[in-house]
Amino acid sequence: MLNEAGRVIPEFIEGIGPLKPFKGVFAGFPEGKMKSPLVPYVTRDTEKLLPSLRDAILATGLKDGMTISFHHHLRNGDFVVAMVLDLIAEMGYRDMTLAPTALFPIHKSIIKHIESGVVKAIQGSVNGPVGKLASHGGFDVPVLLRSHGGRARAIEAGDLSIDVAFIAAPSADRYGNLNGSDGQSACGSLGYCVADAMFADKVVAITDHLVQYPLFPISIPQNYVDYVVKIDQIGDPSGIVSGTLKVTRDPLRLLIAENAAKVIEASGFIEDGFSLQTGAGGISLAVADYIRETMKERNIRGSFGSGGITAFFVQMLQEGLFETLLDVQSFDMEAVRSLRENPNHVEMSASFYANPHNKGCAVNQLDAVILGATQVDTNFNVNVNTESDGVLLHGIGGHMDTAAGANLTIITTPLLRGRLPMVVDDVLTVTSPGETIDVVVTERGIAVNPLRAELEITLKKAGLPVINIHDLKNEAYRISGKPEDPEFTDKVIGVVEYRDGTVVDVIREVKTC
Amino acid sequence: MKTDQSKGQAGTLESGDILVFIDLSVQEKGISIDLDSPSIVPFGKQIILTIKDTLVNLGIHDAYVKAQDRGALDCAISARVETAARRALSSTIGEVGRCL
Repeated sequence: MLNEAGRVIPEFIEGIGPLKPFKGVFAGFPEGKMKSPLVPYVTRDTEKLLPSLRDAILATGLKDGMTISFHHHLRNGDFVVAMVLDLIAEMGYRDMTLAPTALFPIHKSIIKHIESGVVKAIQGSVNGPVGKLASHGGFDVPVLLRSHGGRARAIEAGDLSIDVAFIAAPSADRYGNLNGSDGQSACGSLGYCVADAMFADKVVAITDHLVQYPLFPISIPQNYVDYVVKIDQIGDPSGIVSGTLKVTRDPLRLLIAENAAKVIEASGFIEDGFSLQTGAGGISLAVADYIRETMKERNIRGSFGSGGITAFFVQMLQEGLFETLLDVQSFDMEAVRSLRENPNHVEMSASFYANPHNKGCAVNQLDAVILGATQVDTNFNVNVNTESDGVLLHGIGGHMDTAAGANLTIITTPLLRGRLPMVVDDVLTVTSPGETIDVVVTERGIAVNPLRAELEITLKKAGLPVINIHDLKNEAYRISGKPEDPEFTDKVIGVVEYRDGTVVDVIREVKTC
Repeated sequence: MKTDQSKGQAGTLESGDILVFIDLSVQEKGISIDLDSPSIVPFGKQIILTIKDTLVNLGIHDAYVKAQDRGALDCAISARVETAARRALSSTIGEVGRCL
């Protein structure tokens, strides 16, 4: 069937069930009640701190075919996913569904558990090797990809029912209070796993830093956590937080950033109360840098910066350019420190951040968001999941959430990466539908979505180099040549779920020559 | 400088460039190309066509080409291939070092 994003999707997928077609950005109207987890039974004598991970797994009553979840705040330093899967494989479990918030290259070692049948399916973001395996037909059941907000929605609505959530906790007490601020594996915010803690039937916290009761501050409280296990090391600190991320020095990317900042300024958003989200990439940071200068010059006090937080946003908080940071993921040491020490740096859950079916998420309050893309097409559809060779390599992150929520959604991208045109006739995969994208900024011009005609006039008046998106695409093709699309088989290997639970696109298996 | 009969090389492994090695002392007829490229799916055929066209225009019909592409555009590919081919024709691979 054809959905509103113009993509052909199957009506039913074995192992996932019937698919609801995407009907439009805010057209997916929710029904029913939220999921409720098991009623717990804990008495005065219950010992929640168990001697080993094995004891905890046995205590949860884990069975073959169940769904287990993980969070990715330890990023490419995470030991917990591999540790749990190695153990459940050893204990003889099979056919598990894995529901991580995201997998990273460090999780390559779990491929053996996929091949051996311990893991049957993945519902979650896959970055790198596991995505590549999926693209070459390594899974029987397609990977179900959700955005950060969409995953929180799916858990709360019961679409993603988690039997056991495993939470890597940089700091914990024996009664199950957790935070990410302290300890040798400190990662800052634990925002992505809050829904897991609240809605999973059983919750196991795994820590390498056990403190006296009660832990302070409390991020995930004891009333959501069934068991606590202390191990030597939950992760490798060098992979958990990055060093300070640098603003790009590439003149081409700086030009893109400058133009993006000018778009925001010309749109009239940089006034007191301004709010902004950017990614942690070089261009994004450079945009923030230009905006920071403008805010200082004009003595503007913004309201909040949100999303994944970097040292750069921390500095803007300290300079009084933002009143508050809303932090779902702390990218570097400085963000971890600030979250711990500064009361205006606030941890937020994925649901608070971006769930479209709660009573209000932060993305709806955003003035502007700067996002990237692996491809944009002439209908302004954005692909962030597949590369130009069709291989699934990236998760959705908060892309479709912030794009739908923010007043002004800007995609920054060089027109070409190497020889690859970033503006194309048709994206290989629709992640964020074109109607949610307002402006595409490249070094060779700024394309404005025709749905925002008044914005186009404003930007032209401000003297910005506005160009038709088709001209931009033609310019790219003139330089690179017209790219050939990869060949796919009919087998669906990935389902891109929109944040409201409908299906915006599917990803097919790459034909290997 | 060492002289190596019928072999030439040009280019770099920098992003946006291509490293081309050409051997004209092949027994087989025709041009055989060993291509490694990050854009092999969208542009592989076009890159091979550009390499062949460039060689044929130089009057070369039998050669082995090893091309390690790093996202080069056609103009760069054709320039690197031509340089490598001319070096092979003049048989002095020693030139290569200076031009890298």
